[in-house]
Amino acid sequence: MIEFKNIHKSFEDVHAVDDVSLRIEEGELFGFIGPDGAGKTTLFRMLNSLLIPDEGQINLFGLDPVKEYKKVRQIIGYMPGKFSLYYDLSIEENLQFFATVFGTTIEENYHLIEDIYKQIEPFKKRPAGKLSGGMKQKLALSCALIHKPRLLLLDEPTTGVDAVSRREFWEMLQKLKEKGITIVVSTPYMDEAGLCDRVALMQNGKIHAVAPPSEIVSQFSDPLYTIKVKNNYKSLQALRQWEFCENVYPFGETLHYLDKRNNVSADVIEAYLSSQQLTFDKVEMIQPDIEDCFIALTHNVG
Amino acid sequence: MRILLALLQKEFLQIFRNRTMLPLIFVMPLVQLIILVNAATMDMKNISITVADMDLSSTSRLLINKLEASPFFKLEELSINKEDAIDRLQDNKTDVVIFIPNKLEADVNREGIGKMQIITDAIDASKAQLSFGYLSNMIRELNLSIAINQQSLPNLNQIKSEALYWFNPELNYKYYMLPAIMAILVTIIGMFLSALNLVREKEVGTAEQINVTPIRKSHFIIGKLVPFLIIGLLELTLALLVAKILYDLPVNGSLLVLYTFAFIYLVAVLGIGLLISTKSQTQQQVMMLSFFFLLVFVLLSGAFTSVDNMPYIAQKLNRLNPLYYFMNVIRMVLIKGAGFSDVFLEIRSTLVIAIISVSLAVFSYRKTT
Ligand SMILES: Nc1ncnc2c1ncn2[C@@H]1O[C@H](COP(=O)(O)OP(=O)(O)OP(=O)(O)O)[C@@H](O)[C@H]1O
Ligand SMILES: [Mg+2]
Repeated sequence: MIEFKNIHKSFEDVHAVDDVSLRIEEGELFGFIGPDGAGKTTLFRMLNSLLIPDEGQINLFGLDPVKEYKKVRQIIGYMPGKFSLYYDLSIEENLQFFATVFGTTIEENYHLIEDIYKQIEPFKKRPAGKLSGGMKQKLALSCALIHKPRLLLLDEPTTGVDAVSRREFWEMLQKLKEKGITIVVSTPYMDEAGLCDRVALMQNGKIHAVAPPSEIVSQFSDPLYTIKVKNNYKSLQALRQWEFCENVYPFGETLHYLDKRNNVSADVIEAYLSSQQLTFDKVEMIQPDIEDCFIALTHNVG
Repeated sequence: MRILLALLQKEFLQIFRNRTMLPLIFVMPLVQLIILVNAATMDMKNISITVADMDLSSTSRLLINKLEASPFFKLEELSINKEDAIDRLQDNKTDVVIFIPNKLEADVNREGIGKMQIITDAIDASKAQLSFGYLSNMIRELNLSIAINQQSLPNLNQIKSEALYWFNPELNYKYYMLPAIMAILVTIIGMFLSALNLVREKEVGTAEQINVTPIRKSHFIIGKLVPFLIIGLLELTLALLVAKILYDLPVNGSLLVLYTFAFIYLVAVLGIGLLISTKSQTQQQVMMLSFFFLLVFVLLSGAFTSVDNMPYIAQKLNRLNPLYYFMNVIRMVLIKGAGFSDVFLEIRSTLVIAIISVSLAVFSYRKTT
């Protein structure tokens, strides 16, 4: 079990992590979802002993990362957001180096990385700096796993990786989870939230919600409408002016709209748009996804 | 131990794969020794000299003959009066003026002592000093030959016994500069390469990954120290070979003494380099700081000017300057043939600096912030 208790961390005037308390169970695949600057990296660096919290306690499987950092470093496999392996060493040399440094061998824990490493093994003589984004990510994951960590801590592992590799990567995480490794991952991509057992929505150093993704979505009770219009910008302006508008925001090609009233119908919204001389294709009630929940949660706070 | 070996293996792999560093390590000594030695060496031959001879006696003739015969001096003109001679000095037409008053020989014969004046252009202080040295030597020889001629007056003249050129009889300035340049070379390689290497790990982000491993700080620092220590010693060897082949540099002392000292010295400088990089975040900061230290070390060390002529405070500061000790040791060993007992003080002081700097580097390397 991993537990954060009232964790605070500031850098000069930035309150990067602001009173974070939460619990992650052993064996969970847990996600921190939040935009740039939310404080995900700062939180991770406190968990893995690189950063000391200003206030609060962390309990990592019964260890205190501040005092027992030596033990903590043995049981965490950390993959920083930025690729941090040696560019001038080959795939094989990097893996060998990290295995030795953790007092183990590639052979000993090969079963853990086999599925992942097999995919890059044909290029094992190639310097890490010359690998594609997806290959780098697989190598970094192999290096983070080679000492059989109890906790895998992945900071934005899929940033800058193509869609196919992203999907593959999440499949790999599912398999690792089945092997009993606790996985904590951060991502700015809302669509990846659905792949976690539980997620924490984080912004400006604060946690706004912690729940399984399905629960977060089902807690969203207000009716949500998607509006397909010709002119997104003008319609957005017009809807914002409307007295009943709770929130409206661009969502991909469309706009998502929330009304203050409980029982509006699509017709009412269409009528309003027509009255503003705006042409629209379609107004339709939809099921919210994680991103809508995130926006709703942070909107209420802001 | 296995961790340390893995670290060392990693460092060596990286060094041998670095396409800019390796040539630098091996080309730099050649270029420096060829160019810098010649640039830093003052040509002590052909010092232009003007003699204002008022005496026109056999004694003054003797001196002028000696000057003409000397390879160091070029006798420009025999000027009749002192003012003309001084003008020539002021117009940069000559480097040294010798003024021989008209009763020199008479005074020598009568009172046993004669006075003459040597005026040098001291803008180039070391050149002036050296010319003065040559001339005093020459006049001393002259004194002796007069004494031989006039054996009735054995206690004839004040004899200045100047021991300036004992170890460098031909006054080969290169022999003075070569060891200095070699010492500076080894310092640059040691300090810069190690410092840049460590801060690069911070910049690239690999330090972040290293910091979450169980690698001990001391192992990490030793892993950075050993490769560059070996490279520094190789560099010294290379420089010695080049100096021997190109300039026939004498090696009068024991190389064991030199290498023992160089080993301790490199640990000290590498420690300083690593300390700089633990305190820096970017390669740029490391460059600035290393340059600052290098410049101070070199200027104080006595590479180009004699430490004895430096202000008291500079002489005191030199006690903290490892390059000052290295400069002494390398010159003493190569030129004077010094042994262990002669450089004991230097070894002891440098050892203290080495222990302090490496401990500080280990201490100030932070895995956690
Ligand atoms: N070492 C530091 N010094 C100063 N400010 C920092 C430092 N590290 C983080 N911050 C600030 O703390 C806040 C949180 O940063 P953090 O890197 O934790 O966010 P993040 O959620 O990981 O964002 P990203 O998606 O951009 O990686 C930001 O405003 C950032 O500027
Ligand atoms: Mg981050």
